Amino acid sequence: MSEVVVTSSPFLAVAGHCGPEIRSDLQVLLQPRERGGLEIEIESRVDIYYGDSIRRQAEEVLEALGVRHARVEIHDEGALPFVIAARIEAAARRAGLGVGTRVLPDRLALPDPSARDRMRRSRLYVPGSEPKYFINAALHGSDGIILDLEDSVHVGEKDAARLLVRNALRAIEFLGCERMVRINQIPLGLEDLDEIVPESPDLILIPKVESSEHIIEADRRIAEIKSDYGITRPIWLMPILESALGIENAFSIAKASPQIVALTIGLEDYTADLGVVKTLTGNESLYARQRVVNAARAAGVQAIDSVFGDVGDLEGLRAWALNSRALGFEGMGCVHPMQIPVIHEAFAPSAAEIERARKIVAAYDEAQEKGLGVVSLGSKMIDPPVVQRALKLMARAKAMGLVS
Amino acid sequence: MPILEKIEIILNAVGRNVPETVNGRPQVAYMGVGKYQPVGRKAATPIRTAADYPANGDKRVTNLETALRKCGLRDGMVISSHHHLRDGDRVALMALEGASLIGVKDLTWFPSASFPSQRSAIALMEAGIIDHIEGSMNGPLGDYCTQGKMRGMGVLRSHGGRWQAIQDGEVHIDVAVIAAPTADPFGNCDGSHGKSACGSLGFALADSIYADHVIVVTDNLVPFPCVPWQIQGNNVDYVVEVDSIGDPAKIVSGSTQITRSPDRLRIAEFIARFLRDAGIMRNGFSFQAGSGGIALAFVSYLKQMMKQAGVKARFVRGGSTKYLVELLEEGLTDYILDGQTFDLDGVRSIGSNPRHVATSPFTSYNYHGKGNFASMLDAVVLGATEVDTNFNANVVTHSDGRLLHGIGGWQNCLASGCTILAVPSFRDRIPVIVDEVTTLCGPGELIDVVATERGIAINPRRQDLIDTLKGSTLPIRPIEDIKKEVERICGGKPRRARRSDKPVAIVKWVDGTVLDTVWQIA
Repeated sequence: MSEVVVTSSPFLAVAGHCGPEIRSDLQVLLQPRERGGLEIEIESRVDIYYGDSIRRQAEEVLEALGVRHARVEIHDEGALPFVIAARIEAAARRAGLGVGTRVLPDRLALPDPSARDRMRRSRLYVPGSEPKYFINAALHGSDGIILDLEDSVHVGEKDAARLLVRNALRAIEFLGCERMVRINQIPLGLEDLDEIVPESPDLILIPKVESSEHIIEADRRIAEIKSDYGITRPIWLMPILESALGIENAFSIAKASPQIVALTIGLEDYTADLGVVKTLTGNESLYARQRVVNAARAAGVQAIDSVFGDVGDLEGLRAWALNSRALGFEGMGCVHPMQIPVIHEAFAPSAAEIERARKIVAAYDEAQEKGLGVVSLGSKMIDPPVVQRALKLMARAKAMGLVS
Repeated sequence: MPILEKIEIILNAVGRNVPETVNGRPQVAYMGVGKYQPVGRKAATPIRTAADYPANGDKRVTNLETALRKCGLRDGMVISSHHHLRDGDRVALMALEGASLIGVKDLTWFPSASFPSQRSAIALMEAGIIDHIEGSMNGPLGDYCTQGKMRGMGVLRSHGGRWQAIQDGEVHIDVAVIAAPTADPFGNCDGSHGKSACGSLGFALADSIYADHVIVVTDNLVPFPCVPWQIQGNNVDYVVEVDSIGDPAKIVSGSTQITRSPDRLRIAEFIARFLRDAGIMRNGFSFQAGSGGIALAFVSYLKQMMKQAGVKARFVRGGSTKYLVELLEEGLTDYILDGQTFDLDGVRSIGSNPRHVATSPFTSYNYHGKGNFASMLDAVVLGATEVDTNFNANVVTHSDGRLLHGIGGWQNCLASGCTILAVPSFRDRIPVIVDEVTTLCGPGELIDVVATERGIAINPRRQDLIDTLKGSTLPIRPIEDIKKEVERICGGKPRRARRSDKPVAIVKWVDGTVLDTVWQIA
């Protein structure tokens, strides 16, 4: 795209959104010109408080991008500085200027790298072109936040969303949440990686994966960028299987890279591929979901379920999530923060389960102490896999803060 | 009005600059909570005789203009109206336009609150028919005032402060015009029935008692007696029948909706948990919450917790909505003591359930009385536009100095046992926790808790609450801490808005003293 723009005469480029309904965003109109320096006009909802600061920032960003002569119009709806920087950069790039330059907001200290097997009960999707949802997303306590560049971003906004998400990874406090990005399907997704990987997200979701080739390609690109930027911390992968073919190849996909920590499924696309209707009980996708669980388990990674789309139906969500857990999934996606506590509750072991596991573990410990090969509880003999399951359940309950 | 005279500005007890006289009337500067001792006797209306009123009780006249003429409306008088029909009200403008037809000038309009639909009052101010407004101003009327275009100075009072000003004689109402969803020819009025039903008529009660002349305007005239009556016909001079007193769609909402904003839900849940963990939520407790999105969600969270804990309230106070009505109907509270009624469920309930009781600013809020209900509340949840690190809060102006909201019952509710402000930590990049509030409406010593989506700050004066909440899982943080975090997110402290040195309105405290000044914006 940029090659075309550079050779054509300078033209007006627009990025971002404004209007009475828009919050925390801005629109930038940038008209390159031959001479006359920078002329910046600002109209802002917060002009009296931050008008000067917006102007200073605009000048800094344009200078860093090497934009010397342009007329710039900013219509601001109370955007935060990292959004302002991203929108100005997007407009400049769309005008064919500043290509290849990264203008980065200050970076908060990176949190500790995320552990391969950390809890991933809930991951909250946030549309990558809607900055108003980014700012407080982490407050709601999901295990992960996904800044989404794929389905929630219009095809014409991919370039701008990429910059916004990149800046958000630097400027937003993710608190305890795993910092995730869903890139676009490979090969478009490879362009996303160029902007995203230098900011060390904890995990990248790769959508619509149908074969291990997709993963290998993404993996290679990530490794290159990491090495260019000297990044050593892990960036995990979570492939999303969204087609019949993807499901058939589930195991080879799960094994395609050592960076893969979880396998998940996208039910909207999957049911569309089958030509069936997605229902509340999910019978039509039972096979696919069990296949994902089995393949993930076989590959030693987590199995994570799809999202539940009806935000208003929390009871339906609860039923779905309980069933997911029963099938062997360890978590699911969220499309609204209201879903997070429901999902956490559903994926938590019940008090009765914890009590039973505690007894089994106690019996196991006792048997170990006495040097007995057979663990028994009351009059019942406990098989080794039952002990293993109880140990796992107690560890999980502990991670969820249900037992001390 | 003596608009050109120089206004002396003095410092009040909390260091705010306030005018010594307002619209020619000397003022008492704020002295501190509970410091001002009123003296003297209450105001009263002239003695009337039944000989001057129709023995058959029929006080009807043909139209409002005639009624205003018969009341002797003259230049410079005070005419009052009420906001129980909210943004759907047609009667206040009908009265002001009636005054304009008569040709009087320089009126003081004394509404219990004004609404955006009454913006045509600006034309009446331009024409000199209205000199100034004493009552809440927001939207276009607020802008008109803060741009310095109103000739006289605005006076902002709480609902309780309005009653206090009337009974203490600070405001003498010449003509009160009361919109009545149901009335009889004698002037008895009821708000809970009729096509324009709104619930309580409490805001008009003081006017009916203390005004020299009282006109009732109704679109649902019933033969005597109108039962139950909230306004007594014995105080009423004239009754006018019209086709419509208001737009029912804007009087009450069909159904009030809980917010879906995750941040607001989070604040609401924090507050419910706070009441639970602080031990305030216990058998026989009481609370007040309004009709805002956070307040509704708060009630819904608290309801679940009350059910879980098997706890029942003795009374709750509205603005009532279906969420309070549900508490009543499910036996989770013995009573709703209702100041105003916001939705159809509220109207249905107050009109049919004897445990859903209409109150007035006298019973609920008046500070110059022998106590009031607000101070008996265990907890109240309020909003604010700004709050400072000393917990002083603003509810009338935005940080840019423009009038945005009325005070309503807000100041009066600060007397509750635990006053909680529910505020987002920033709006449109503008931090809500500031160094100093633009306009002081509530002294920090009365504000106990500030709940934001990033954490809850407890006023250091409430060591008891801090101690009780020690073991709670709630994110309790110093207010300075939240402020710093938000300033970092917003890219630094906002620049303070410039203002002129011309006062355009004053904020009264509940005792009638002047707490702060609203200045013309620069």
